[in-house]
Amino acid sequence: MAHEHDQLNRMTLDHCVKCTICETQCPVARVTPLFPGPKFVGPQAERFRDGESVDMSIDYCSSCGICTQACPQGVKIAEMNTQARAVMKEEHMPLRDRLISQTTLMGAMMNPVAPLANAALGNGLVRSLVQATFKVAKDAPMPPAQKQTLAQWLRKRKPSTTPVTRGSVVFFSGCAGGYFEVETSKKSIEVLEHLGYEVLVPKQGCCGLAQQSNGLFDGARRSVMALCDDLLSAGELTIVSSSGSCTGMLKHEAHTILGIDDERLAKVGTRIRDISELLVELYDAGEFDPSQFRETNVTVPYHQPCQVKSQGMGMPAKTLMQLIPGVVVEESGQPCCGIAGTYGLKAEKYAIAQEVGRPVFEMIRATNENLATCDTETCRWQIRKGSGVNTIHPIELVHHALGLGTIPGI
Amino acid sequence: MKKLSADVVVIGGGATGAGVLRDAALRGYATILLDKADLGQGTTGRYHGLLHSGGRYVVSDPHSATECAEENDIITRIQPHCVERTGGLFIVGPDDDPAYAEKFLPAAQATRVPAEEISVAEALRREPRLNPRMQRAFAVQDASVDGWQMVWGAARDAIAHGASVLTYHRVVDIVTDDRRVTAVKAIDEKTGEDVVIDCRFVLNTGGPWAGQIAHLAGCEGVEVVPGRGIMIAMNHRLVNTVVNRCIYPADGDILVPVHTVSIIGTTDVRAVDPDKLEIPRAEVQQMLDAGEVLVPGFRQARAVHAWAGARPLFNDPKAHASDTRHMTRGMSILRHDERDGVHGIISIIGGKLTTYRLMAERMVDAMCEQLGEDRPCVTATTQIDPATAPTYVVTHRLEEREHERSRRAHSHAELPATCDDDHADLDDQVICECELMTRGMITELMAEQPTANFDDLRRQLRLGMGPCQGGFCSMRATGIAVEEKMVDISRATALMRRFLANRWIGLWPIMYGDQVRQTALDNWIFQGMFDLEHLPSDEKEIV
Repeated sequence: MAHEHDQLNRMTLDHCVKCTICETQCPVARVTPLFPGPKFVGPQAERFRDGESVDMSIDYCSSCGICTQACPQGVKIAEMNTQARAVMKEEHMPLRDRLISQTTLMGAMMNPVAPLANAALGNGLVRSLVQATFKVAKDAPMPPAQKQTLAQWLRKRKPSTTPVTRGSVVFFSGCAGGYFEVETSKKSIEVLEHLGYEVLVPKQGCCGLAQQSNGLFDGARRSVMALCDDLLSAGELTIVSSSGSCTGMLKHEAHTILGIDDERLAKVGTRIRDISELLVELYDAGEFDPSQFRETNVTVPYHQPCQVKSQGMGMPAKTLMQLIPGVVVEESGQPCCGIAGTYGLKAEKYAIAQEVGRPVFEMIRATNENLATCDTETCRWQIRKGSGVNTIHPIELVHHALGLGTIPGI
Repeated sequence: MKKLSADVVVIGGGATGAGVLRDAALRGYATILLDKADLGQGTTGRYHGLLHSGGRYVVSDPHSATECAEENDIITRIQPHCVERTGGLFIVGPDDDPAYAEKFLPAAQATRVPAEEISVAEALRREPRLNPRMQRAFAVQDASVDGWQMVWGAARDAIAHGASVLTYHRVVDIVTDDRRVTAVKAIDEKTGEDVVIDCRFVLNTGGPWAGQIAHLAGCEGVEVVPGRGIMIAMNHRLVNTVVNRCIYPADGDILVPVHTVSIIGTTDVRAVDPDKLEIPRAEVQQMLDAGEVLVPGFRQARAVHAWAGARPLFNDPKAHASDTRHMTRGMSILRHDERDGVHGIISIIGGKLTTYRLMAERMVDAMCEQLGEDRPCVTATTQIDPATAPTYVVTHRLEEREHERSRRAHSHAELPATCDDDHADLDDQVICECELMTRGMITELMAEQPTANFDDLRRQLRLGMGPCQGGFCSMRATGIAVEEKMVDISRATALMRRFLANRWIGLWPIMYGDQVRQTALDNWIFQGMFDLEHLPSDEKEIV
């Protein structure tokens, strides 16, 4: 763990003035006494650690990263905490955490047996057994396995006939976008093609974010570097993704948390764009005309995930959706929906994650009972389960407004 | 007026005094210690926290080197609670004279100071922030020590053996009858009461103040030169091992990880008055430059506090009068019966914190000899902290807070994972967040030492010694003191004001970088919210 970036993140503890702003913003600390709070486990506890680990309670940090964003002094609180937790878990890594961080493996295993997998996931007895054995909460949101993966759809579909006017981009789906949230990926590709891009989708693996947030740094490093090679295999092009948190991993987390200093990561990290970010950039440059949107009269709640907030790009999804005539976007105003990747799946953290998400769920139900928007897959599962409201990626609303498809209920 | 009597009165409550108190008490003498302030408030509390391996002196002062090596071992054994076995490194900087390094290992061997050479790569593996351009590295058994814990440990052990400690008792006279000491007169600074202690013997352990004390007994010309040295505490442990420059002892060549901070030291300049020690800017800059040699980027790290201490150096006619660094570090025992014809008083001058126990042994031996009594010293083999206790490690307080949390979590078997109302449910309220000091710790000590001021509490609990320097904890401590009816509001105001004023002495010399922002925030709190300077308080000067 003694690489230079640990030292750099650690050095930022010197900036802490104890103002407590991070504690007031932490979505976990405000709902549970089990987590001592970001300032406590971050810049305070780090002065006592000496490279050792004695405070298991740091595991209640969900790694949402809100603290780092809130800190007015530039303390890398979340980064420090994630690194300290990795040290702590070196000796206490539960099998469960090794399993649930294998997102590609989960998708690949469930997909061929989708009806069976869905039946099992929907079966209370099976889930109770899983909870007892692996400590995965029986009520935790799970994605429905899909009959068709993104790769299978790409192989079977007819090639796009829209003329290529803007050159080529690489599409990065993320594991969830490849196996579970396949609709979002399909619609993202269709929107990009509609705008005149040739969309290349090279074979691609996992970004390693789930491993990283579970403290499995070596595995995460291998995953993210293999992914960089995958994404660069089509040439050094702009990379577009509709997977909010995985994009953040490539943009900054693999560098700041895993300490990877590799030219390939730098190439990917500087070329990747969140799909809403790309479209807003086009609009700002006068290269995207919003008059092609059809009128869509809907008031839609939007929750920006914590890991999209931390990319420091503002709220392009909101800006984009508001370009659609008739669309009113209401922000959740909440830091996090609670799931934080795999956090809310864990039996001992399930109730905390639900409590963190409660204000999001309530806001969404109060705003629109039929439709909500959110940029990250696991957050959508959490919000769908918690609020009962159909939650889609903002690009799906854009897809609808461009007349490329129809969203039921609008 | 209060009248007391004892066999021995010890004057000066630093490490030496506490060691002497314990030594005499363990030999069966009825002993009372007096100090004009708190225990460990002078030289003992104003040093860098190094428990010497002896490595520093192997070339310059071989006799001290061997003493340090032996005492390091003894202190670690009898007082494990206040020692952290960090280990030490001597590194030869890029521009340091390789000739000195050549002498280091043979000299260590000759003085029986355990030392071995390690590769530069190994030194960097152990301490990644060290200067990668170092030429060589040697590993030694340096440790860090909490001087206040050490002093209080010795004092408490002495009290358990029948001794008494009277802090904030300023000695005003040493009474002699026919050139023989018969009593000591003091004033209780907290109450103003006069105290007279009839005694057979006075042991003067006043350190830099020893000359003033000897004078009270009519012993003139005891010239103790205060060798002023400044130190700076950096906000966190830049290294986890004591790091020394492998050069002939000089300024700014030691970096010691003590508790949560790392301390760079020190300078050595002849001072006039040990009560008026300045912290010159030039010396601060000198320390920061020296830090850069050990740990590149040192200047970017946050300094939290600076202070100056006065070494008690005996004015040895053999050394040049202004060169305090090379006046003897060894201890000098002054037998005033031989020297001044005054019986029943001995002074000790010089020495080092590491050898405090040995100094006490020699001093009490000398007293026994004068009294013609044969009472052997047992301090080296008598445990202070429990014999089974592991040595201190920096993770202790974090681990304690964690254990408290999990104990409380388990005692609330029905505690839901989430609850809206009482977040403090699992914590004993942390009063000093920087040093993880709880409400229970401070109320317990206040109950034991009801007249203590916040600096007295600080030395024992580390209240206000972290990065915020009292910004948040001082107001909490003040509120608790009032709430627990320990003090009235007027004294509470005075206590807080004095505590912050004392913190400021160590803050202004290092007003750069991150600490400026902290000080600005603290200042907004105290001037903006409390208008601290204008709060009504009867007590202008409190002790």
